[in-house]
Amino acid sequence: MRSSAATWMHKRPKMRLLALLTAPGLWLVVAYLGALGALLITAFFTIDSFTGNVVAQFNLGNFQDMLTDPAYRNVVLRTLGIAISVTLICAIFAIPMAFFMAKIAKPKNQKILVALVLTPLWASYLVKIYAWRSMLEPHTGVIDWLLGPIGIHSPGFGGPAIIIGLAYLWLPYMILPIYAGLERLPNSLLDASGDLGARNFYTFRRVILPLIFPSLVAGSMFTFSLSLGDYITAQIIGGKLQMLGNVVYQNFSINLPFAATIATIPVTIMALYLWLVRRTGALASL
Amino acid sequence: MRKKRLFSQIAVASAIALVLAACSSGEKKASETTLPEVAMMKSLGAGEGQVNIVAWAGYVENGSNDPAVDWVTGFETATGCKVNVKVGSTSDDMVALMKTGEYDVVSASGDASLRLIYGGDAAPVNTDLVPNYADIFDGLKSQQWNSVDGVAYGIPHGRGANLLAYRTDIVNPAPTSWGSVFDANSPYKGKITAYDSPIYIADAALYLMKTQPDLGIKYPSALDQTQFDAAVALLKEQKPLIGEYWGDYLKHVASLKSGGTVLGTTWQVNINLAQSEGVKVEGIKPVEGSTGWSDTWMISSEAKNPNCAYMWMDHIASPEANAAVAEWFGEAPSNAKACDLTSDTNFCTTYHAADAAYWDDVYYWNTATEACLDGRTDVKCVPYSEWVKAWSSLRNA
Repeated sequence: MRSSAATWMHKRPKMRLLALLTAPGLWLVVAYLGALGALLITAFFTIDSFTGNVVAQFNLGNFQDMLTDPAYRNVVLRTLGIAISVTLICAIFAIPMAFFMAKIAKPKNQKILVALVLTPLWASYLVKIYAWRSMLEPHTGVIDWLLGPIGIHSPGFGGPAIIIGLAYLWLPYMILPIYAGLERLPNSLLDASGDLGARNFYTFRRVILPLIFPSLVAGSMFTFSLSLGDYITAQIIGGKLQMLGNVVYQNFSINLPFAATIATIPVTIMALYLWLVRRTGALASL
Repeated sequence: MRKKRLFSQIAVASAIALVLAACSSGEKKASETTLPEVAMMKSLGAGEGQVNIVAWAGYVENGSNDPAVDWVTGFETATGCKVNVKVGSTSDDMVALMKTGEYDVVSASGDASLRLIYGGDAAPVNTDLVPNYADIFDGLKSQQWNSVDGVAYGIPHGRGANLLAYRTDIVNPAPTSWGSVFDANSPYKGKITAYDSPIYIADAALYLMKTQPDLGIKYPSALDQTQFDAAVALLKEQKPLIGEYWGDYLKHVASLKSGGTVLGTTWQVNINLAQSEGVKVEGIKPVEGSTGWSDTWMISSEAKNPNCAYMWMDHIASPEANAAVAEWFGEAPSNAKACDLTSDTNFCTTYHAADAAYWDDVYYWNTATEACLDGRTDVKCVPYSEWVKAWSSLRNA
């Protein structure tokens, strides 16, 4: 029975393709693009000022509110600043670590190192952020207790705390693509560069960096987009500071259309980012 | 070719999105200020085996926080209704949760109840099916926030005031006024907290009501544009003093414990929790009075477990449960007979359960509407939706 169905399928390539792609295709269109579309449409709705029920009536009031209130411009700039800082910090930490893992560590240790880089992902996001909360707690936290005597103090809850927390959270997402990129980089290229008289930094800048650039871009897409949408970290260690995600969170229960309007900002930023990345050609060589 | 295909994909996606959006908004479309017709329960049947509750922290305790604090297990054994509780951190949260239709009962404060009633999310309550309703203080029945035209939309739960918390070992001298959280030269700058909800604007309004009589504020939930702007301006000045705004009560208690927060608005239950963990903290009602709440157990218009929901409402209004919850949370019980059952015999005196004068300077949370709640007709008041916008703007600036 089963084999006859398989024979039937085997003779009809189009049916085969249909059977293969219907489920993922539906998922993509309905769940993914559909949700985005619903979001976009909701952004043009408004709410009943008393009951808070959504009123399906087209208007641009939400966009007007968003663009005219300087508070939202500030929160966009702040969120962008945080996302860029997190991406840069992750890159700065990830490149040497990935280089060590791929080129310096003994092959049998490489697997162990990859596993070690992945271990933080086994623990819950919340546990890690609450751990950072007790680390960063001013005066009574671990950082102040450990490093206070030598004059280093916790930055307290706020922007720097968010950047530290997010950079810690997303670091593995940056290390792994760069590690994969470096693994594909032949050692002979580095040797050749050295033989031709290039110093280490010059080799890094002119040989390694251009070759791992696509990996760097791949990693940055993770760290940047994950930071852009995050709101829990800001809630727990951000003090009174808010990010774009917090604005959405704050509004979605009371004013869903306005939350949807705010949510179009990160979508737009990511679309622009991907477009820029595409223009560099990095996506093609991934 | 490729572009064309992409275009048709997008067309399909947006068509589907339109359908989805139409479905989701179709149910409650009209901007009703008229009362939606929701049927009232006629008679009680057998329990459904469970009840889903949205409640304030400390209202539904099954012994997991403190083994001695448990008024849920007994109810579960007696009725066979398993209690599933979801703690809401603000009234806005609760309204949103109730709109999902997945919960049967909610402990709604005055700033949520009317929204639920007029939004068609709460059903009128047949008080005949709730025997314990008879013992509720008359002063709490048929109020502006729990009934419409004499029809009860819920069972009064209890009332209390938002307090000013301070760490007794750090804040010296002890504060007596809300002015301490608005003082630009406060020595506790960066360690002051405020409640993270638009309703906190009412706290600023209360302070202005007592300190700037020229503004003519009579009731903190009824603010005309000038009064509203003054309250928001005060909160903007306060912002540099704030270390964290709190919405999550557990984080708030942790912050009081660590000393990250030493002064600011709180609930009695947070003080009780912090004190039980050995934190030197005290909560007072300052000289200006306080904003406060008078909560109501309401049943969802889409309740899937209405019988268990009614059983729960009767149980929580019973003298025993009402006494237990009032004592744990630190609020005045609503059931007159509860006062005889509290472990602290002076409890009802301490919390002024029957003392009408005490509640004179407690201004209950209410949903601000364009029609001023203080009875003024010559001006329009700022509706709650504008409060939300102002708060969002303030928090993100």
